[in-house]
Amino acid sequence: MKYGINLFGITKEIIGNTYIEIEMEDKTSAEQLLERLKNDYPKLKAIKSLLLAVNSEYAEKDLVIHFRDEIALIPPVSGG
Amino acid sequence: MDFQRYNRQIILPEIGLEGQQKLNDARVLVIGAGGLGCPILQYLVAAGVGNLGIVDADTVSISNLQRQILYTTADLNKKKVAVAKERLLAINPNVNIEIFPVNLHAENALELLGQYDIIVDGSDNFATRYLVNDASVMLKKPFVSGSIFKFEGQVSVFNYQNGPTYRCLYAEPPTAGSVPNCSEIGVIGTLAGIIGTMQAAEVIKMITGAGEVLSGKLLVFDMLSMRSQIIKFKAISENKNISKLLDYQVICGDFPIGNTDTIDKESVEKWLEEEKSFQLIDVRNPHEFERDNIGGINIPLDDLLESIHELDVEKEIVFCCQTGLRSAKAIELLKSAGVEGRFLNLVGGI
Repeated sequence: MKYGINLFGITKEIIGNTYIEIEMEDKTSAEQLLERLKNDYPKLKAIKSLLLAVNSEYAEKDLVIHFRDEIALIPPVSGG
Repeated sequence: MDFQRYNRQIILPEIGLEGQQKLNDARVLVIGAGGLGCPILQYLVAAGVGNLGIVDADTVSISNLQRQILYTTADLNKKKVAVAKERLLAINPNVNIEIFPVNLHAENALELLGQYDIIVDGSDNFATRYLVNDASVMLKKPFVSGSIFKFEGQVSVFNYQNGPTYRCLYAEPPTAGSVPNCSEIGVIGTLAGIIGTMQAAEVIKMITGAGEVLSGKLLVFDMLSMRSQIIKFKAISENKNISKLLDYQVICGDFPIGNTDTIDKESVEKWLEEEKSFQLIDVRNPHEFERDNIGGINIPLDDLLESIHELDVEKEIVFCCQTGLRSAKAIELLKSAGVEGRFLNLVGGI
């Protein structure tokens, strides 16, 4: 099964798309999903504070994610 | 009070005369008079926010005019805060505007922010963003944050009525150079208008009590799809315990981006190939220079001010480093030390 993730900011540039699907077991935790993304795309590690939003809420590390959840990966942005 | 001027908002039940009086009494500090700062200031002044401070050390450059709509071509090289004040008073002469032509840093932040009730962050770098957060938390003042990247923007109100802070969302800054800024990756002017206007709207809501403030909520907007979403997040109590400010430029590896002239790598390579008469200064550390370089003289950033005699100011001087950040800082350093010359920053580094 796959998790679909909408990408924002520099994560679009790093991953090279606006949306990706990641194959993982169901009921993965937010922390596991973030670790997997950082593992697949090591440049994400440099961002340090990456916001993973699940169903429009900040996902705490131990939040269990389901396949139908709406997931977004949001980095900080500094421009003004 | 000028009832006619504010008639269209006074007749809104959510604002009314009482709200207008609150706007008139409000004290708001806007950090940055750039892409976000321009619309923030224009709308706050037009709405009759009575006391405004503007912090920006920069001068107007030609590449600003695509999005910084307070300025005109005739304003090139003038101090932004001075031009902004003149234009804003032309919009509404009934407001008090105080200008601060300085960069915000750990030594002046508490004093500057302390004079105002609401802070609006329209800065262009992480060092200032973390500084504004930490200083606002120490002073227990709410701040309206907006930031832009290419076609995307983020807006939130932090530290509002003991609500979450910037660090509750993004605990620590990205590694230097990992998230490019507008001058490196680009930004569309209308986005600055949209996000800055949203920030001004949040300020007006906070002052008048109209509606629901974006506290504990991050609004993420994508102009290409015109989609926006609101992400809810919670306060983390440890983030309220800030007892002193840090050296954010060192921690974040960035700093307020001045209007430095830039050059790209292809052009420098062409100049080298053509043996054009210019000087190339690599400001990295000697071990980095030895490992790989594109030529030129190695003067580490820390030694620059003691090595000014090595600069040939009769020629154009290109400064380079790994990412373009230290070289930009080198030019800022020289300018602030009063060294004049034709300095170019190699953007994106070697």
